[in-house]
Amino acid sequence: MTELPNARTLRRSALFERWSLLGLVAPALLLITVTMLLPVGWLFYLSLLSDAGEFSLEHYQRMWEHPSYARTFWTTFQVSFLTTAICIVLGYPLSYFLSEIPKRAANLCMIAVLLPLWTSLLVRTYAWLVLLQRRGLVNNWGIELGLWEEPLALVHNLAGTLIGTVHVMLPFLVLPLYSAMRAIDRNYLRAAANLGASPLRSFWLVFFPLAMPGLVTGALIVFILCLGFYVTPAVLGGGKVIMVSSRIANDIEIFFNWGAASALGVVLLVLTVLLVLAAGRLVRMDGVLGGGGSK
Amino acid sequence: MSNASLPISIAQVTKRYGPMYALDHVDLEIRSGEFLTLLGPSGSGKTTLLTVLAGFTRPDGGSLKFGDAEMITVPPHKRNVGMVFQNYALFPHMSVADNVGFPLKLRGVGTAEIAQRAERALDMVRLGGYGKRGIDQLSGGQRQRVALARAMVFEPRIMLMDEPLSALDKQLREHMQIELRQLHDKLGMTTVYVTHDQREALTMSDRIAVINSGRIMQLDTPRALYERPKNRFVAEFIGESTFLPVLVSGGRVHLGDQVLQTAEPAKTDGPQLVMLRPERLRLLGEGEVADDAFNTLDATLVATVYQGDSSLFQAALPDGTLLSVRGGTAGAIAPGAKLRIAVHCKDTVLLAPEAPA
Repeated sequence: MTELPNARTLRRSALFERWSLLGLVAPALLLITVTMLLPVGWLFYLSLLSDAGEFSLEHYQRMWEHPSYARTFWTTFQVSFLTTAICIVLGYPLSYFLSEIPKRAANLCMIAVLLPLWTSLLVRTYAWLVLLQRRGLVNNWGIELGLWEEPLALVHNLAGTLIGTVHVMLPFLVLPLYSAMRAIDRNYLRAAANLGASPLRSFWLVFFPLAMPGLVTGALIVFILCLGFYVTPAVLGGGKVIMVSSRIANDIEIFFNWGAASALGVVLLVLTVLLVLAAGRLVRMDGVLGGGGSK
Repeated sequence: MSNASLPISIAQVTKRYGPMYALDHVDLEIRSGEFLTLLGPSGSGKTTLLTVLAGFTRPDGGSLKFGDAEMITVPPHKRNVGMVFQNYALFPHMSVADNVGFPLKLRGVGTAEIAQRAERALDMVRLGGYGKRGIDQLSGGQRQRVALARAMVFEPRIMLMDEPLSALDKQLREHMQIELRQLHDKLGMTTVYVTHDQREALTMSDRIAVINSGRIMQLDTPRALYERPKNRFVAEFIGESTFLPVLVSGGRVHLGDQVLQTAEPAKTDGPQLVMLRPERLRLLGEGEVADDAFNTLDATLVATVYQGDSSLFQAALPDGTLLSVRGGTAGAIAPGAKLRIAVHCKDTVLLAPEAPA
C-alpha cells in the first residue's frame, strides 16, 4: 500500500493535539499527586508502623479492641447522618422555592444562601457559642419571654453540634439541588397535569425523581464533609461529642502518635469511599459526579 | 378506542400581560370531531389560547366550555384532554411503555390492562414492541409518535397539539402531517392544532383560525381562506400575494383609469385593496385576447426569477405598482418587454377596508 500524501504530517499533528490537551491537566495532576496521593500513601504507610517503628497492625487492632473507637465512629456517623437529614428537610423546600421564582430573584436569594460560606468558619462557630450558651442570647430571651424557665442546654452537646454543622452545611446541599431543580423542564409537570396527575402526584412521580441526582449529590457532599468536620463539632460539642477528627487531633497534639492518627484517617477514608460507591449504585454515577440534572 | 368527541365553545376569553393583549376577547366555536388549526406568527396568541384550553394559562376572564360543561375554572389534571407538546415532554426517567401507561396508571387502571392498552396505542403509531426502550434511545420522529400514543391512550374526547411537528425535518414532517390527519379521522376526537406553518395548516385542517395580536382575523376552510381572504393580514400570511390600490366609487372598482371586475361586488366606497395571487395570473401571448370574465392589465417586465418548477415574473403597472406573475420556464423574455396580464374576475379579490387599528 502506498502512503497517501501528507499522511505522516497529519498523523503527527493529531498526536501533537492529543499531547497538548494532556498538558492542560498536567499542573492539576502534579498538584494532586504531591498534595493528595503522596501524603495519603505516607499516612497509610505510617498506620502500619508500630510505635517502635516496626511493621505491625497494632493501630488497627487497638481500634477493633477498644469500644471507645467504635463509639467515636458511631458518633461521627450519627452527627453526619442527622446533619444531612436536617439539611434535606430545610433545604429541599428552600431549593424548590428558589427554582420556582424568577431567575433574577433566585440569584439574589442565592447570595443570601451563600453568605455564610464567605464568613470565617471560626467566627460563625463562636457566634453560635455566644448565642446558645447557658447565659446566651437565646436562653435569656426565651426565659424573659416566658417560653421556658430554666436555661436550656443548647451547646456542649449533640443539639449544639447539629445547629452549628447544619448552618455550615446547608449551602452545600442547596447548591446542587437547586441547579438540578432549575434544570427540570416545567413542561414535564404540565404534561403530568395534562395526563391527569394532581399537583401532589406530579411532584412524586415526575419532579422528585428528576431532582433525585441533585439531592443525592448534595446529601453526599454534606455527609462526607461532616465525616471529617473538626472545628464546629469540637467547639460546640464541648468535648462531649467526639468525632473521628477530634480523636485524630488528640492523637497528634497530645500523644504525638502519628501511627494511631493515620490508622483513623485510613479507616475513615475507606468508609467514605464505600459510601460514595453505594450512592453511585443508588443513582447513576454521572448524575452524582456531574452535580446536575440528567439529560 | 372510542370515537366520542366534544365541541368546544370559547367566549370572551381575554388574557393581558401588562398593556399587551395576548388574547383579546376571543370567541370561537369548535365543532365536535373537527380538526381546527390555530395559525399565526409567533407572539400572535395562538399558543396562549391552546394553553388556556389545556388549563396551564389562567385567563383574566371569559368562558370555555367542553360540551355543556364550563371548564375555565377546572384545574388541568381534571380536564381530561390529550395534549402533544412541542418538544414532546416525554418523561426521561421512564421507559416508553411507562410514559404511555402513565395516564392510565393515574386513572387507577390495573397493571395488566395498562400494559395491553399501552401496547395497543404504540401499535397505532407503528411503534409496537418499543415499550421497553428508554426515551433517549428514540429518534425525533419516534419520540413524536410516543407523545402521540401517550396523549390518546386514555381516549380523550379533545386533543390539543402545540406545533408537534416543528422539530422534525421536512420530509418526516410532511409524512407525519398525513399520518396525524388519518389518525384523527380514525379516532374522531375534536382536535385543536397550533402551527405557524401555513402549508401544514392548509394540508391538515377542516377549518383554520388565523390569529394575530390576540384576535381571530378569519375563521374559514383552507380553500376559503386562500381564495377569499377577508383582510390584508390573512392574504399576506397565507400564500404569496400582490396588492393593488384601487378606488371604489359607486360600486365600481377603479385601477387608474381602468375598471376591474371583482369576485364579489364592492359594498363601500373609498380607497381599498385588490389582492392577486401570482399563480392565478397569466401572461397573454401576442395578439391573444382573454374573454369577458377576465381583467386584462398592461405592464412592463422588470425581472424574471427562475425557480425550477416555475418562473416568477416581476412586472410593473403603468403607475409603478409591482406585481408578480407565476409562469412557465420555457422561453426568455427580456426585461423592459411589454406584457399583458389576464386574471379571472373570481381571482380578483377585493379586501374589506381595514378597520382602524
